[in-house]
Amino acid sequence: MKKIATGNKAVAEAVKQVGPDVVAAYPITPQTEIVEQIAEFVSSGELKSRYIPVESEHSAMAACIGASITGARTFTATSSHGLLYMHEMTNWAAGARLPVVMATVNRSLGPGWNIWAEHTDALQERDTGWLQVYVSTVQEAYDATLMAFRIAEHNDVLLPVMVNLDGFLLSHIMQPLDTVELGDFIPPLNLPHAIDTKNPAGYGGLTGPDQQFLIRWDIERSMRDSVKVIEETERKFAKRFGRKYGFTEDYLCEDADVIVIALGTLGKEAEVAIDLLRKEGIRAGSMRLRWLRPFPKLELKGKQVVVIDRDYSFGRGGILATEIMAQTREELFSVIAGIGGQEVTYEDVADFVRNRRIGTEFWFGVNAHV
Amino acid sequence: MPICNGRSTIAFSRSPIFSPLLQELEIIAEIPKEEYILKCTSACAGCSDSLALRYVLKAAGPDTVLVVPACCTSVIQGIYPNTAFNVPVYNIAFGAAAACASGMSNAFRKAGKKTNVIVYAGDGGTLDIGIQAMSGAFERGTDFLYICYDNEAYGNTGMQRSGATPLGAKTTTTPTGKTDFKKDIDAIIAAHDPLYQATAAAAYPQDLFKKVRKALTFRGPSFIHILAPCPPGWRYPTEKSVEMGKLAVKTGIWVLYEREYGKLTIGTQSKTAMKKPLPLEDYLAPQGRFKGIDQRAVDILKQRIAKTSAKLLSEEAAP
Repeated sequence: MKKIATGNKAVAEAVKQVGPDVVAAYPITPQTEIVEQIAEFVSSGELKSRYIPVESEHSAMAACIGASITGARTFTATSSHGLLYMHEMTNWAAGARLPVVMATVNRSLGPGWNIWAEHTDALQERDTGWLQVYVSTVQEAYDATLMAFRIAEHNDVLLPVMVNLDGFLLSHIMQPLDTVELGDFIPPLNLPHAIDTKNPAGYGGLTGPDQQFLIRWDIERSMRDSVKVIEETERKFAKRFGRKYGFTEDYLCEDADVIVIALGTLGKEAEVAIDLLRKEGIRAGSMRLRWLRPFPKLELKGKQVVVIDRDYSFGRGGILATEIMAQTREELFSVIAGIGGQEVTYEDVADFVRNRRIGTEFWFGVNAHV
Repeated sequence: MPICNGRSTIAFSRSPIFSPLLQELEIIAEIPKEEYILKCTSACAGCSDSLALRYVLKAAGPDTVLVVPACCTSVIQGIYPNTAFNVPVYNIAFGAAAACASGMSNAFRKAGKKTNVIVYAGDGGTLDIGIQAMSGAFERGTDFLYICYDNEAYGNTGMQRSGATPLGAKTTTTPTGKTDFKKDIDAIIAAHDPLYQATAAAAYPQDLFKKVRKALTFRGPSFIHILAPCPPGWRYPTEKSVEMGKLAVKTGIWVLYEREYGKLTIGTQSKTAMKKPLPLEDYLAPQGRFKGIDQRAVDILKQRIAKTSAKLLSEEAAP
């Protein structure tokens, strides 16, 4: 069914169709519309979930954990400081192998109070054991949320999945949305280690040095296995609903001399810049990274690379740039742009490509190469 | 309370029993023989946390899940892949027990299951780091039982001061004795107006058993605060845990009571203690943590005991 929706409404619509048993959430700008919409679906009876209006994000994730371990399907959404406050529990959810699905509306971190788009919040969750996908359109926010449940709950994965959408730039803009008839696309959740009082077990108790690494390795093994589950899920989704996704969304990459890599809406903006550059005779392409965890193998051999980070790791550099350099072992041009919602247009992106200086880092707006 | 399990060896009539001794016998007859704490726990000798939990689980029965934040009970249950507890135990981060239980209870009820969800948390996880999540869970009317077993300090990290440590007690972070009062968590809980709230002591297992059974009949939040004396932390000989709990009640520094739908009933043991308390010194002297306590602190503690008794008696007498 075709309609017009914001990114937030698209996520809520997907959640309604999947029908989690328990939703526990705490409001934070710019995520609020998701939880308000879900609360409305629950109160109107359209969604038969238990909605727990918790008193903090720490409790939101704890409640999802408590519900999930009984075998229930769970969802929450947060942003920025909410995600940071939740950090202890995001680690717990992954460590406990619970397929919680969460939408993170990416937003800057204080101080100062800045409610605008930035990816540093979610990127600080890189090492928690969550799968992370970054979306760039309202349609993709909806599709990725649907698929997130199937991927998280797959018994070869059983890890939580975070769907990331840019604050305001995507959460609050309206675009066409084509909703699907879900049918049996998402099978019922069958959690193999669900609590059973007839077969009592201890969960997450004291674990010694002879066991802990095995549990951690098992998370890594499932993270690696999740690659084929993601591919299979996206393939089945494309076959059934006609929209194709991948670990990256590549635009004119094959013959490109220079490739722009970015997350979220900036990655989409880059496609317009590529058209502009191609008209000037510059053979540029764009590769929007969708899945950050598991991190895909990128085909970049023989290409110059411009990475735009809407985030930063102080004392090291753009987080995406360092992740890519760690894989390719090649110098690239690292641009730090869009921090705290700083406006970055496709013309700016084209400028980054034109003025690239491989092996340096450039802070947009500061006009300093480092 | 029904005499429920058919395992009673003494048959009682259903008529009211007025003799306290007979009441005690009735409860003893009712306590199931099943053990949910198996042998080989890693508890310290004389641990009253595990003594209390033994009766909590006997009262709750097998269709129960324990939610345990970081506390002595995280240690006592044993080391992975083994567990000494014969009910499912969900271990969760320090400040998250009530929120986790909130999610669990909602999920069980959504699935049509009546499984008891019991938080079993220490005083640090309740009065300090867990208070926000607990307050939220009570405010939301979560169908669960929250039990705080209180050894008045952070036990398994080596007895650091908590919000529950009483005035004058030495801990590893109050080496000259605590200069602040014990936080009145029961008053804070009462402000949430739970359906059922009680205090108990590991030294009075029949009373504890009865209160847990009663708490689990309510569909909504209930709270039990158990005094759990700790031999290594309080510095008294391991065989004196029960004696220490009884002295706490008999001196009046710990009062046994319950509030059902907000109506207070003070326990008979505490009623007796209020009329004729043992000297507080009888309780303080055997404990190394109160060694060398300032006389002014003792006097203040005595004043507070008198004040608490008066307050509770007047609440109970109120129509």
